[in-house]
Order: sequence, then C-alpha cells, then structure tokens
Amino acid sequence: MLFLGLFFVASVGLVFYVTSLSTKMIEGQAKSAIDQQLDSLEQAFERAGIPGLIRFVDREARQPGAHLYLIADQAGRILSGNVMDIEAGVLDRSGWAEKPFIYSRFGEGDDIRFKAIAQVLRLPNGLTLLVGRDLSEPERFRAIVRQALTIALGFMTLGALLIWLLVGRGALKRIDGVSLESRRIIAGDLSRRLPVGHSGDEFDRLASSLNGLLSRIELLDKGVRDVSNNVAHDLKTPLTRLQARTENALSGVKKISQLRAALQSNLEDTEGLIKTFNAILTISKLEAGSILPNRQMQPVNPIVLDVVELLEPIAEEKGVVLSFQESTNLELLLNRELIAQAVLNLIENALNHAGPDNQKIDVAIVAKDIGQVGLIVSDSGLGIPDALKKAAVERFVRLDESRSKSGTGLGLSLVKAIAEAHGGSFHLEDNEPGLKAIIYLPTA
Amino acid sequence: MKLLVIEDDRDAASFIEKGFSEAGHTVHVCFDGGSGYIFAETGRYDVIIVDRMLPVRDGLSIVTELRSRGIDTPALILSALGQVDDRITGLKAGGDDYLTKPYSFAELLARAEVLARRRSNTAQQTFYEVNGLKLERLSNLVSRNGIEITLQPREFRLLEYLMARAGQVVTRTMLLEGVWDLHFDPQTNVIDVHVSRLRSKIETGFDNPILLTVRGRGYMIKA
Repeated sequence: MLFLGLFFVASVGLVFYVTSLSTKMIEGQAKSAIDQQLDSLEQAFERAGIPGLIRFVDREARQPGAHLYLIADQAGRILSGNVMDIEAGVLDRSGWAEKPFIYSRFGEGDDIRFKAIAQVLRLPNGLTLLVGRDLSEPERFRAIVRQALTIALGFMTLGALLIWLLVGRGALKRIDGVSLESRRIIAGDLSRRLPVGHSGDEFDRLASSLNGLLSRIELLDKGVRDVSNNVAHDLKTPLTRLQARTENALSGVKKISQLRAALQSNLEDTEGLIKTFNAILTISKLEAGSILPNRQMQPVNPIVLDVVELLEPIAEEKGVVLSFQESTNLELLLNRELIAQAVLNLIENALNHAGPDNQKIDVAIVAKDIGQVGLIVSDSGLGIPDALKKAAVERFVRLDESRSKSGTGLGLSLVKAIAEAHGGSFHLEDNEPGLKAIIYLPTA
Repeated sequence: MKLLVIEDDRDAASFIEKGFSEAGHTVHVCFDGGSGYIFAETGRYDVIIVDRMLPVRDGLSIVTELRSRGIDTPALILSALGQVDDRITGLKAGGDDYLTKPYSFAELLARAEVLARRRSNTAQQTFYEVNGLKLERLSNLVSRNGIEITLQPREFRLLEYLMARAGQVVTRTMLLEGVWDLHFDPQTNVIDVHVSRLRSKIETGFDNPILLTVRGRGYMIKA
C-alpha cells in the first residue's frame, strides 16, 4: 500500500514537471520570436520614422497567424494594431510583461479572450508600442499533454493497484502461510512441512528446497536422538559398574590387593569408555560433514597391505588363514588413516566372528563397475541373516544379544561413516557361508 | 629431566606434577599461556608439555613463537581435539608430539622421556648396539652375540624403533604410530602379538631377556 501511494505522488509530480518544463520552453521560444520582430520594427522606424512604423505594424498585423501589435497613445487609447482590448496595467510598464496576460482580438468576438506574452516599448513621441505573441496555442498543447499524462498515469496507478491485489496480496498470503508453518516447526514439530503449491513458481521451488532442508534436519535430529539413547544405554552400563566397584572398595576394611584389583578393573572400564567415546565422536564428525577435505590421491594397496600385515599374527594365533588379493595400480582420493581404520575394523570383526576351525578371511581390492573400487573382506564364519544385515550397521547394535564379546558395537557404523565420507558406500552381503563386507569407493 | 608444564586445569597439572616427580623428574607448572611462554623462552627445560587451549595465549602460538626464536626444546601438545587434522596442525605448528585428552599418565610419561632423550641425539643412527644385540640399518642385519637373526621387514622396523629408545619405555600406541604410522587404538592386542613374535626371535637360545614388558606401560629394550 505504501508503494502504491509513493507511486501516485511520483506520477503527479511527473505530470507537473513535464508540463511546466514545456511551458517554459514555449515561453522562451515566444520571447525570442518577439525580439526578432522588434528588430524588424526598429529598422522600419529608422527608415521612415513613426509613420513608417505604423504602416509596418498595420501591414504585419493583418497577416494570418501574426504577432500581436498594439500602438497606444499616452492616455492608453489603442491607435493601431490587431488587439481590441487588453488587461489593464499591461501597458503601464515598459519591458517584458512578466506574466502571461489576457487580451481580446479584433474579429474574434468580444467574449473570446486569449493569453499572450509581450514586450512593451515607449516611443519617443509618447506613444506606446506592444509586440506580443499569442500563447493560447501552446497553452492548449500544455493542457492536452497534461491530460494525456494524467490519464496514462491514472491507468498505471489503477494497473498497479490491480497487480497488487492479484499478485502481491497472493504472495503475501503465501508468505504468511510459510511463516505460520515455520512457527509451528520452531515450536518443535519437525515433522511439519511448508505448503507447496502446484504452479512450480519461485515460491514453490523455495518451499520445496526448504522442505528438503527440513527433512535433512529431521534425519539428523533423529540420529542425535538415537545416539543419545544408545549412548545412555551403552555408557551407563560401564559407568554403573565403575560406581558400584568404587563404592564397594571405599566401604569397610579392604586389603591393599583387593583395592588394587578394584582400581585395575576401574582403569579397564575407563579405557573402554574412552574408546567408545572416541568412536562416537569420530562417527558424528564424519556424518556431520559432507565429504572429507583432507584426502590425497594415493595407491590403495599399501594401506590395505599394512593393515593385513598388522593383523596377520593374530589371525595365525586364532588359526585363521588371512589372505590378501593385491591390486597394485589403483589410485584413489583417500584419507589413509580412516581407510586403514575401516579395513582394520572389518578384519577384526571377521576375526571376532570366526568359527572354531578351518576358517579363512579373504581381503581383496576389486575394480568393480566403472568408477567404483570395492574393498572386500569376506569370511567363512557364521554370517549375518539377511533380516539383520541393516541393523548390523546401526550404531551400538551388537548381534549377540548377551553383549558378552568385546567391542563397542560401533565398528561397522564407523566403517559406514568412513565409506560415506569418501563419497562411497558400505554393504553387507552373503558369502555363502559367511559374511562379505564391501566398501565401495568412487574412483573419480 | 626438567619439565615445564603449561596447563590451566589445576587438577590435571597437579597429577602431571606428582607423576613426574615420583618418576624422579623436576617439574615447573604454569597455569596460563602468558607466563608459560616467559618460562619456556629461557630454554632451560628438557621437555615442554603444553595444553592447546590456554588462557592469555594458546599453546600452538607458544610453540610456534619458540621455534621462530630458535628455541628447540621438544614440545608435547595436549589437546581435547583429537581428529587427524588437529594432530597434523599441532605438529605443523612446531610440536614434536601430540596427545589427545583423555590420556593415560603412563603414555604421557613414556612420550616425554623419549622426547627428552631424542634431543640429545637427534640424527637418525644407522647402527645400534645394546647388550650384544646389533642392528645395522643399511645392510638390514641383526645379530646377537655374533649370531645372525633373520627378521621380517616390519619386525626389523619394530626392533629399530625399540633400540633407538633403549632403556626407555615405549607404549603400544607409540609403536603403532611409529612403526605402522596408524593413529588409533586397535580393539585387539595386535601390538602384543607382534612384540612377542619379535621377542621369540631375539631371545630364543639366549640366556637373558632383553625385550622387557613393563606392566601397565609398555615395552623396553634393556639398556
């Protein structure tokens, strides 16, 4: 509404400015024409004196479209020229008549009066000479211009009003709808979405992008909530143990050896807690960012080889055959540390779930489809039933419900986070028998 | 050795002070970065242990300025920031080692002692001899009392790492970092398995043990 008012004021101003400018221009033209005419009159006067001047005036005055001429005596009576009557006072002052004045003309009837501009001169014998120019023609022009502009601007104002009614108010209403939904979302209901229309215009596109953003936030929020639940569960257990053991050690009289044993167990629990905590932090950091910035183009083979070599003695102790099918010339954009950690987790996982005898673990680097390299760790252990494969990758899920085996329950989710932070993915497949864990990494 | 500890957490600082004193070292503690820098600038310490986040001025800027003034006292940076990038930033700033909170005191002690020693012989040696055990880096030869011992390349590097720090305790994490260049804690006892393999090669058939297990801390080659 404010804009509409401003627009209106500006257009009125424009009309006045344009018309007054044109008036000034026309007056200027008239004045210079009068000056020219005065020059001719002066020549006529020099040649033939007053009579010559009067003759010249008589002749000029009769021509169509002529200037205005008037010669008056000292009393103000009109002696010659084409002016019949003139506004009082115009002849009293010599020089330019400062404002347009009103006069009437011979042969046009008494009641038609015109506007004109003129210069008044005193002649040596007491006569007064007036040379003027009629302004009614430009005045009409000015009126027409003003009228045309007024009409045009009137239509524009009307148009603006209509546009505001049809588009602006519609848009405002939609923005109001968006802010209403936003307030509900801010109030805590992350499942709400902004209204999206069917026109697919800028508003709808904005609303759908914002909805996408909200979905991402909702997902992250859910993740945080899941984690806090799991953290609560998985950290509370060792914390409870710590507390109970410490209380027990402090109460009553204990032997030094008993106290030492309690402290030793406390230390082990603390170390376990720190490991769990570090794993959670790493996973959250990986999941929060998009793709890791600090990666380098490097061959993948040595990284996997280092890890295989590191774990080989343990496999041997457990009677597991750990084999590595090398692939020498594959270079990928990697963070060595994280890839090593992922491969280590997979092999450790396979070692932990190895069956009693004749077990083997195969590690391989395979250029899979175009643009993808697979790091595969397959074992011949018990495997994971299809229904549980998805759950196995979730944070804190341990498939042996007793939770008796060591580990944080974060190993595979860390692998998944690392794969995704490299722009890749992580899958569990059936090795028939056993489990096949695959990290897919993009080559480009 | 003489230590300068710059740590604003007074509890943590007093634990560090107590621990190092019990191990026979002299400790001076500063609680903020400003006074810490003034003491560090004297260059009278064997090792500086500096927290990364400190009042007045942060730990990294202290280390950077010391280095720019030619003071090369080994510096160990303590930090709650433990991501790969954070450690690299710490080392780039001029730190010699980086330890993430929470850490075990045994780890801190072992690392500080190794740093203090490294100062006296910085150049990497090509030849080590400890108690009749010889290691030649260039020819990849290991022998004990003149009897040649065959080692795998990784076992060779493990032994070299231990011998370069003979008489000092080396933790499992230090071995994983120094020998395998991996900076995380494995869930399994991988390092123990590797060390016991190495031990069986260098001790079998000889009378006295040379690769010792220091309970609760790590391993050590007897000097």
